[in-house]
Amino acid sequence: MAYPAQYRYTREHEWIQVDGKQGTVGITDYAQESLGDIVFVESPKVGDKLEKGKVFGSVESVKAVSDLYSPVTGTVTAVNQELATAPEKINTDAHAAWILKLELSDPSEMDSLLDAAAYEAFVKEETGH
Amino acid sequence: MSTPTAPTSLRKTSLNDMHRRMRAKMVDFGGWDMPVEYSGLIAEHLAVRTGVGLFDVSHMGDIQLRGPGSLEAVQYICMNDASRLEVGQAHYSAMLYPQGTFVDDLIVHKLSGNDYLLVINAGTREKDFQWVRSHAQPFHCHTSDYSDYYTQLAIQGPRAAETLSKLTSTDLSTIRNYHFTWGTVCGLANTLIARTGYTGEDGFEIYIPSDVPTSERVWNEVLEAGKEFGILPCGLGARNTLRLEASMALYGHEISDEINVIEAGLDRYCKLDKGPFIGSEALHKIQSEGGPSRKLVGLEVIERGIARDGYPVLNLDKQPVGYVTSGSPAPFLKKNIALAYVPIELAVPGAELYVEIRNNPVKARIVPTPFYRRPKKQS
Repeated sequence: MAYPAQYRYTREHEWIQVDGKQGTVGITDYAQESLGDIVFVESPKVGDKLEKGKVFGSVESVKAVSDLYSPVTGTVTAVNQELATAPEKINTDAHAAWILKLELSDPSEMDSLLDAAAYEAFVKEETGH
Repeated sequence: MSTPTAPTSLRKTSLNDMHRRMRAKMVDFGGWDMPVEYSGLIAEHLAVRTGVGLFDVSHMGDIQLRGPGSLEAVQYICMNDASRLEVGQAHYSAMLYPQGTFVDDLIVHKLSGNDYLLVINAGTREKDFQWVRSHAQPFHCHTSDYSDYYTQLAIQGPRAAETLSKLTSTDLSTIRNYHFTWGTVCGLANTLIARTGYTGEDGFEIYIPSDVPTSERVWNEVLEAGKEFGILPCGLGARNTLRLEASMALYGHEISDEINVIEAGLDRYCKLDKGPFIGSEALHKIQSEGGPSRKLVGLEVIERGIARDGYPVLNLDKQPVGYVTSGSPAPFLKKNIALAYVPIELAVPGAELYVEIRNNPVKARIVPTPFYRRPKKQS
């Protein structure tokens, strides 16, 4: 699956789409593929402060738990309630099934994230093919 | 979350290329490069509960004990009473250390009057073989490791018999649970067909020659035969969740060299009255001293959260009292279940405890095991 060019990516396999100071965060298609059937998403609450690079929740498949790392610093403005009852939406379309929205404290943090081409190259390197 | 490619030092079954061609996700399982899932763990799990699934379990080991002293040797090395087996019958058993803890669990098959086949776990193959060989020595029998001679396929699920019956002239209805016979399967004469498995479903395990062309041909023929029943190739991921729903022990989790038979709740397969065997003395002593201090129980997580292997179990005062041996979402039961060791005084069905899930105490209830029992068939 193609990685949307307008998104930015972390080496921990989250994506973020930013519009001004508003960011939307999810996990990448590679992440969902590695995890397998996703059965549980633990998200923060609206109003929670997230810090760039710090764990803010987790995604669990049948066989594994994976921490979620915040791509940027900011305050949670919305969480995707749909994932509480239908976490498998992430498997169906990881780049549409957002986990949370947040207001960025410092939009310049975006500069340190990977663009789609760099992320794709990173995944290739990580999987060795 | 990375999925590195397998280093070449991992051991492979004859179906390794097949798994890779079928785009299975591969993992290192006890030194073996094995498929963890193909189409998806949940779909594979449900195929076995409602239709049929096919597993490559060739990594399992096969030890044969042959000779006039083979029964005596099996009786001394394994805890179940093999003298009760008829030819063509198998049972669950285990090899124990002198202190009553586990070398490994296994299935004993009585092939003939003087000939027993022990099917053992992959991760403990070498240890097991050395153990059997050294302890069988005083008896008049010969120990052989046939592990690499066989590709072992497990065909499991309510439609397993219908699937396999298309590939054999053997009347499978004559093979009762935990029995076996030899028959022609996919044109291969004298194939061992056992009604055994590790999924909690009806099913068969067949042992065919391990050369690649034969292994791949039979694999494909089984998939073709099961097509109309929605057969799926299944990986170790589904194998694990299936056996957990059925509350079957996994070496290194529910049983190990630090866990004894009585704690593990496997004493019904341990016949202390059959005469001395390795571990029997220690188990007699544990029983005469009032039994074990901890016990394996089934847990159902009743608050939001998934218990995983190794997570601590807390009492209602939130003090650590035990640990989870295996925990997972149960794809068929749609609950979050776990097996755990807890102090004997807390091992009360219905009692509530906490599982510490990533620093949060999450409530769980002790429930009877097995979590899943297959419906009785009317055939």
